[in-house]
Amino acid sequence: MQSPGRPAGSPQNERLSTGRPQRYGGGLRALSIATVLAIALALALVFFYAPLEAEQGFLQKIFYLHVPMAIVALCGFVIGGLLAIQHLRTRDARWDMRSYVAIHMSLIFAVGTLVTGSIWAKGSWGHWWVWNEPTLVSFLIVFLLYATYQPLRFAIEDPERQSRYASVFAVTAGAFVPMNFIAVRLSTAYLHPRVLGGTANLPGEMALTFLVSLFAMALLYATLCKYELTAKHTRAQVRALRRRLSGESDAAGRARSAAPTLAPTTVPARTAAGSGA
Amino acid sequence: MTAVLAELPALPLHEAGKYVAAAYVVLFAIVLIYVAIMAVRLSRIERELGELLELSEASVEAPAAPERDLERESASA
Repeated sequence: MQSPGRPAGSPQNERLSTGRPQRYGGGLRALSIATVLAIALALALVFFYAPLEAEQGFLQKIFYLHVPMAIVALCGFVIGGLLAIQHLRTRDARWDMRSYVAIHMSLIFAVGTLVTGSIWAKGSWGHWWVWNEPTLVSFLIVFLLYATYQPLRFAIEDPERQSRYASVFAVTAGAFVPMNFIAVRLSTAYLHPRVLGGTANLPGEMALTFLVSLFAMALLYATLCKYELTAKHTRAQVRALRRRLSGESDAAGRARSAAPTLAPTTVPARTAAGSGA
Repeated sequence: MTAVLAELPALPLHEAGKYVAAAYVVLFAIVLIYVAIMAVRLSRIERELGELLELSEASVEAPAAPERDLERESASA
């Protein structure tokens, strides 16, 4: 497609036509179907296969939702840090976008963890929140730490600096997550049930149900991340197309945003140079 | 299906049921809100694509006008 007021051989058009096509939506349908099936299987196992726990009874069914959600959220924060390392190494905006989406989605899962944990605490202990329980408080600290990620991004106007600083934050906070987890495990108060040491202390049916629930939750996380990436990439492409059709430069008319700026061609500098663009 | 329905009354919904139901409703609420947000985004992208289509049609028609004038002139000559 030619943009008006721009010659055919201009660098912008060459990059648009010769850039490696980047698709985030590939395999989205299969992933979505797998997620729905996994969640349906997990729910069936939770309510019709796993036995009732002796002490907590039916209330323990929250365990199959709350714990996988917490594990996936924490793993998502760490993955966000690893993707940020990749961004700092390559300076490729795609890694920053992936890191941003991983952290963004983990935050949503963390909200779910806090809410379901509070409901469980109310049913089990009679209180919505217990401040002297290290696991609860440490998870809240991690959540509040990551709650500053988006405001940090939004506070920096320059996209290059924004992505660099956000990556440094993601790496540092990502390293804090396992350290925090280990510190909590070493603490003496054991009010909170321990499950991450393995599933050996669970009966076979409970362990299977837990693992299927964890798998379903991880699939849900991956699917939502993929949806988010696809949506952001599509929006970036539509905006770029609008700018080119109206003859504006690529840098013009960008609104300030906490989300990373993704180039429509998404070709890293080295690849673009190698392809002669 | 009948077997599933037969199992349902066996669940002790009168005791801890409200807490368990609330916790699972949270998950579905999260997914539902996310789907609603995605629907809004999709409709926005659809609207923008419609505008872009109009813009591209306008830019295709604009250079065609002088060409038609040239053809008319050469025909009259």
